[in-house]
Amino acid sequence: MTARNETSLSLDAGGTETLIEVRNASVTFDMDRGRSKVMDDVTMDIHREEILGIVGESGSGKSMFASALMDAVVDPGVLTGDVIYHPPDGDSFSVLDLDDEELKEFRWEEISMVFQGAMDSFNPTMSIGGHFEETLRAHDYNVADGMDHGRQLLADLYLDPDRVLDSYPHELSGGMQQRALIALSLLLKPNVLVMDEPTAALDLLMQRSITSLLANLHEEYGITMIFITHDLPLVADLADRLAVMYAFEFIEVGPCYDILKDAAHPYTRALLKAVPNLSSALEEMEPIEGDSPDPVDVPSGCSYHVRCPLADEQCRSTDPGFERVSDGHEAACFYWEDAREEITYTLSDREQEVTFDERR
Amino acid sequence: MSVDKDPVVTLEDVEVQFTNKSLIQTLRREKDVVRAVDGVSLDIHENEVIVLVGESGCGKTTLGKTAVGLQRPTGGSVKYRGQDVWDAKDGNGDVTVPFTDIRRSLQIIHQDPGSSLNPNRTILNSLSVPLKRWYPDMGVDEREDRIHRLLEYVGMKPASSYASRYPHQLSGGEQQRVALGRALLMNPDVILADEAVSALDVSLRIEMMDLMHDLQREFNTSYLFISHDLANAYYFAEKVGGRIGIMYLGKLVEIGAAEEIIRNPRHPYTKILRWATPVMDPDAAREAATEPPMRKIDIPDPKNPPSGCRFHTRCPKAREACTEEVPRLLPADGNGRSEVACFRSESDHAYWNSEPLPE
Repeated sequence: MTARNETSLSLDAGGTETLIEVRNASVTFDMDRGRSKVMDDVTMDIHREEILGIVGESGSGKSMFASALMDAVVDPGVLTGDVIYHPPDGDSFSVLDLDDEELKEFRWEEISMVFQGAMDSFNPTMSIGGHFEETLRAHDYNVADGMDHGRQLLADLYLDPDRVLDSYPHELSGGMQQRALIALSLLLKPNVLVMDEPTAALDLLMQRSITSLLANLHEEYGITMIFITHDLPLVADLADRLAVMYAFEFIEVGPCYDILKDAAHPYTRALLKAVPNLSSALEEMEPIEGDSPDPVDVPSGCSYHVRCPLADEQCRSTDPGFERVSDGHEAACFYWEDAREEITYTLSDREQEVTFDERR
Repeated sequence: MSVDKDPVVTLEDVEVQFTNKSLIQTLRREKDVVRAVDGVSLDIHENEVIVLVGESGCGKTTLGKTAVGLQRPTGGSVKYRGQDVWDAKDGNGDVTVPFTDIRRSLQIIHQDPGSSLNPNRTILNSLSVPLKRWYPDMGVDEREDRIHRLLEYVGMKPASSYASRYPHQLSGGEQQRVALGRALLMNPDVILADEAVSALDVSLRIEMMDLMHDLQREFNTSYLFISHDLANAYYFAEKVGGRIGIMYLGKLVEIGAAEEIIRNPRHPYTKILRWATPVMDPDAAREAATEPPMRKIDIPDPKNPPSGCRFHTRCPKAREACTEEVPRLLPADGNGRSEVACFRSESDHAYWNSEPLPE
C-alpha cells in the first residue's frame, strides 16, 4: 500500500518498482442468506522481486485475493475493481481485460500458482516428467531446453531429477510432490509465484525445508513471491513484507521486520500473542477473544471492533482508513499508537542458533 | 507431576510391526515389514502430560495407539495400572482389571474432529452413545444433564442449543471441543490427543490447549499429546510441567522435561526440529540459516530403515560408528532431566575416533 496515489506511476518514493497494482477490488457472492462480500475494496501493490507474506485466519479472504490477482474468481463470485500488471518489459495492462487465450498465457508465463495438496494438482495417471513436457508443449516452448531448466529446478529443490521425472505422483511423498509442483510452476520462468498454503498438511520439518529452499530460489531467479498462509510464524523469517488480512480486507501492511518488531494494528498484536511459538514467553501467550466475523454480516465501522479492547464509538461507526505508521508501514486503525502501548508482546529468541558442539 | 506413584500406563520395550502381504507378494514369498515402533519404553504417570514429536511416519501415532490399548504390540508389553492390557483382553492369567475398564480409562481424540463425529446425529445423540453403552441403567434425564454439564465444561454455552446441532453446524474448533467432551464423558485416566490442534487455525490453538489444561485439573487426566510442531509441543507440555519425547523412525531418540528439550536439545535430530521451528524474533530471524542443516531433507523409507543409528543418513554429524551400532537411550549428563540416544552424548564412545561420513 506504499503507493496509494491513483497515478499510473509504477515507481514509488522508495524506488521500489510495482509489479501488480490491485485497485478497489471486491468479490461478492449472492447467497440465500444475503450478499456475501468475501473481499472488500482491497487496494494493494505488489513490488517487483519481493516476497510478500499474506497472513490471516481461515476465511479472512486471503485465497480470494490470490484468485483475484489472476482473474480466477470462481462463479458465482463477481470480481469488481481493477488489477493492473506492469511487466518488466512491455506495456502495462489490466488483467481483467484479458481474453481466455491471453489469460492462459498470463497465468503460467507471468504469474504461476501453487495450491496446497499437490496430489490434487497432478494427474495421477501421468508421470511427473509427463506433466513437465505437456506444460512445455501446451505453451509452445522448446521441450529439450525447458526440461533442462526443469531438471535444474528439481535439483534446486533437493530432488533427484531422473528419479522424480520418472515417478508417478503416488510414488512420491507429500513433501516431494509439493516440491515437484513448485518446480513445475516455475518451469516457464514466470515473474510471479503465488502460493496458497503451499506447505499445509506437511510436517514442520518439511515446511521449513521448503521455505528455506524458496528463499534460495528467490535469491537465484529473482522471482516475486506471494506466500499466503494462516500460519504467521511460517512466513516470519521468509517474507520481506507482511500484509495482514482480517474480515476480507487488509488491516496492516509493512516490512516484515517492522511488523514483528512492533505491530501497529490491535489485531496483528493480538495475533502475535496467540500463535504458539518458541520466541514468546509462555505467560504472554493468550487467545484472541471472540469469533471471526460472518461474511454476510460484517460488523459496521472497523470490522475488528467487536473483539478489540481499544474500540470506542468512532470504531463502531466509522471504518478506519490506512494510517501511516512509518515508511511503507500502514495500519487501518484510529488508535494504533495506543495499541502499541496497551497490547504488549515480546519476541526474543534466546538461543535460536542451531549449534553442534564438538567433543566435550 | 507425581513421579513417585505408580504409573498409569507402562510401556516396556514395545514393538509394533506391520506386514503388508499382497497376493503377488504371497506368490513370490515376499513380505514388506514396517517396524513402526521399535523397542520403546515409556511410563505415563497420573496427571502427566507427555508430548510425542516427530515427522509423519515416525511411529508416534502407532506408539500412542499402543499406549491406549487400540493397537496390539507385536513385542514388549503395555500395562494399565500393572495389568497387562492384552492379557486382560485375551483373558490370560489372573485379570485384576477387566478390559472394559481399561478401554474406558484410555480415550482418544483424533486430528480431524469432523470425521470422528457421525454427521447424521445431533451432538446430544453422539454423546449419548458411549453413556448408553457403559451406563445402561442411567436414565434419559440424567444422561442429558451430564452431557449438558460436560458441554459447558468445554466452553459450549448454551449447552442445550449446541447439543441439538449437527456436526456440520459447528466450526472446527467447536467440533474438537465436542470430541474432547466425548472423551471426558468416561472420566478417563489418559487421553491420547493425536494432532488435536493441528487442524485448527493457528490463532485458535492456544485456546484449545488452555482448555485441555483446565480440564486436566478438573478431571485428573493425563494426556499423551502427539504433534509434529515443536512450538505446540512446548506450549502444551511446558505450561503444566510435562515432558517431550522425540521420535525418529520408530525409536524414541530423546525425552525429557519440555524446557530442557527446547532450550538444551542434545540429539542432532532434536536440534534440526528446533531449526525447523520458525523464529519470530525479527532480530534473530535475520541471522537464521537458510540452508537446511541436514544431509537429506526427505525421510528414508521406513520399510528399509538405515542400519545403526537410523538418523545417520540425514545427520550432519554422522560418523562411521553411527552406521554400525544402534545408540541406546541413556540419561543425558548433568541434571538428569533428559535422556538421549546419541553417541555424541557418550564422551568415551568409539564415535569420537571414527571417520565422518562422506557427503
